[in-house]
Amino acid sequence: MKLKQLTVKFVLASLLSVFFIGAQAQQDKVKVGFVYVGPVGDHGWTYQHDQGRQAIENALGDKAETTYVESVAEGQDAERVIRQLASTGHDLIFTTSFGFMNPTIKVAKQFPDVKFEHATGYKRADNVSTYAARFYEGRYIIGRIAGQMTESNVIGYIASFPIPEVVRGINSFTLGLRSVNPDAQVKVVWVNSWFDPGKESDAAKTLIDQGADILTQHTDSPAPLQVAEERGIMGFGQASDMHQFAPTAQLTSIVDDWNNYYVARAQAVLDGTWESGDTWDGLAQGMVIMSPYADSLPAEVKADAQQTEASLTSGELHAFKGPIKNQAGEVMVPEGENASDEMLLGMDWYVEGVDGKLPN
Amino acid sequence: MNIEAYIPVLITVINAATPLLLAALGELVVEKSGVLNLGVEGMMLMGAVAGFAITIVTGSAILGLAAAICAGALMALIFGFLTLTLLSNQVATGLALTLFGVGLSALIGVNFVGTPVDALPKLVIPVLSDIPILGPLLFGHDALVYFSIAMVFVINYWLYKTRSGLKLRAVGESHEAAHALGHHVIRIRYMAVIFGGMMAGLAGAFLSLSYTPMWVENMSAGRGWIALALVVFASWKTGRVLLGAYLFGGITIMQLFLQGMGVNIPSQILSMLPYLVTILVLVLISRDSSKISSAAPASLGKIFHPTQ
Repeated sequence: MKLKQLTVKFVLASLLSVFFIGAQAQQDKVKVGFVYVGPVGDHGWTYQHDQGRQAIENALGDKAETTYVESVAEGQDAERVIRQLASTGHDLIFTTSFGFMNPTIKVAKQFPDVKFEHATGYKRADNVSTYAARFYEGRYIIGRIAGQMTESNVIGYIASFPIPEVVRGINSFTLGLRSVNPDAQVKVVWVNSWFDPGKESDAAKTLIDQGADILTQHTDSPAPLQVAEERGIMGFGQASDMHQFAPTAQLTSIVDDWNNYYVARAQAVLDGTWESGDTWDGLAQGMVIMSPYADSLPAEVKADAQQTEASLTSGELHAFKGPIKNQAGEVMVPEGENASDEMLLGMDWYVEGVDGKLPN
Repeated sequence: MNIEAYIPVLITVINAATPLLLAALGELVVEKSGVLNLGVEGMMLMGAVAGFAITIVTGSAILGLAAAICAGALMALIFGFLTLTLLSNQVATGLALTLFGVGLSALIGVNFVGTPVDALPKLVIPVLSDIPILGPLLFGHDALVYFSIAMVFVINYWLYKTRSGLKLRAVGESHEAAHALGHHVIRIRYMAVIFGGMMAGLAGAFLSLSYTPMWVENMSAGRGWIALALVVFASWKTGRVLLGAYLFGGITIMQLFLQGMGVNIPSQILSMLPYLVTILVLVLISRDSSKISSAAPASLGKIFHPTQ
């Protein structure tokens, strides 16, 4: 494997900065830096970002040069790493974790000529864009699959932290689930960690012992799927295709695909057309894709999943289509309307069908 | 729910307790000899990655376990050399050992991330495993689970009923007196430290080969620190280490179980529960300060130099 190619080529960098003229001018070459929160081999979040980095190299050839720094802790260390990349001639820097938001903004102020792209954040500047993916669209699809495959009508959901992104995922999953199976319930267990394989696997076992016959997760390790495989039930992968851990249990996986976005942004810098903005793309733009549906799925379930995927992609269907009720039965989104992006971004309530109370 | 429905939950508890028990028993012996090794987390991770890597490369879980034991022992040897021979500070060296272990295990494990491995075989005994309730609870675990329980009794017997156990305790209580009596303080401590490393390595192998059969960076997620706390929690008594490990494992699983039951308590509080209980017990046992000071080995953490 490509172990630590994080050789920052200082000499070349200083040479390049000579070519670097201004925001609107065309460039011969773009130098792109990446800051990762985990190791590229995490088989999840960071792995997918690194696929995007490789896509830039493949697409732009010798017009692009990329570097990355992996396993950067959120906080002071991140600022140092981002500053180092900015001061060594990188034209475009992707910081790929929510916790890199403030360091990115801070360094961006000091390097107005360098462009920054921050994933999943909400603070922007003239030279800082933000981008994220509508993973919840994928969760609606797996919810529908779960609704048709469950026999116990209990679905186990292993969640990380009660933040809007995770709550949105739970709600979207539940809406998909109940659209085909109004009797099914979602049991949520919070492990208060993004990554603790032991705890995730304990949570998975506990949920199965309490009657769940399908598992899904918003934590990063393949441990819950492994438990599903061992106990002979079904589950869904997270962030990347995890079928090697659960060849029979994984029904599909929601995969983040940053490739097109990354290539487009690097190309924009080359063309001198890069502008600060906010991107929140989903299935339609190919930022969220579904890994192949398992062969073990019955033909009609598979067809329904493909149909749902197509409708979500075309925009014909919105995962948060009204009427949507909260747990108390109050209508949050009326019939004929879709939830607004604003509501989705600040979601702090469960929809009907989720078992248990949302921790604040 | 009838009783049988709770059996799988109890089995999960046993699995959660086993790595804690293995690592804490090793550390107990180390501390009984008067050495404080805070590097348990690092030794566990090295054991986890070595056990996993060798199992993948050779296809043999036995060789994997042996490699995990060796990796833990090697890490402990580094610690022993620094603190016992070069007389460096035990607390600082132990912390450094953990940081070193986290980094080195990640480096070694890079090529093994995402590789699946077969879990350790469960010891299923044909007739006994079929007994309702008790069968699945007592039989059908992997060998390390039984080994960890057996070690409680072996270590307890060895520490309190054998001559060499007495020597080890003597070294831990007063290394100068033991030295004056002609015991090899440094040699005994080396052996204790290496034993602790072996047990921590085995605990790591349990994580990567049985608990969650895979390798990911930093997969022990703080269990080495919990093992350290358990030794204090147990006031350096083997039986209480067993109790503590199962109590801690039990509460960890219970909080997940209660969440799944839809019990209306914020999950953050439930997640804190194991730690709250640890603090509570520590407060309770340390109410009598003479008791806790008599429980701790008197020479714990002190550097020994024979010419002093």
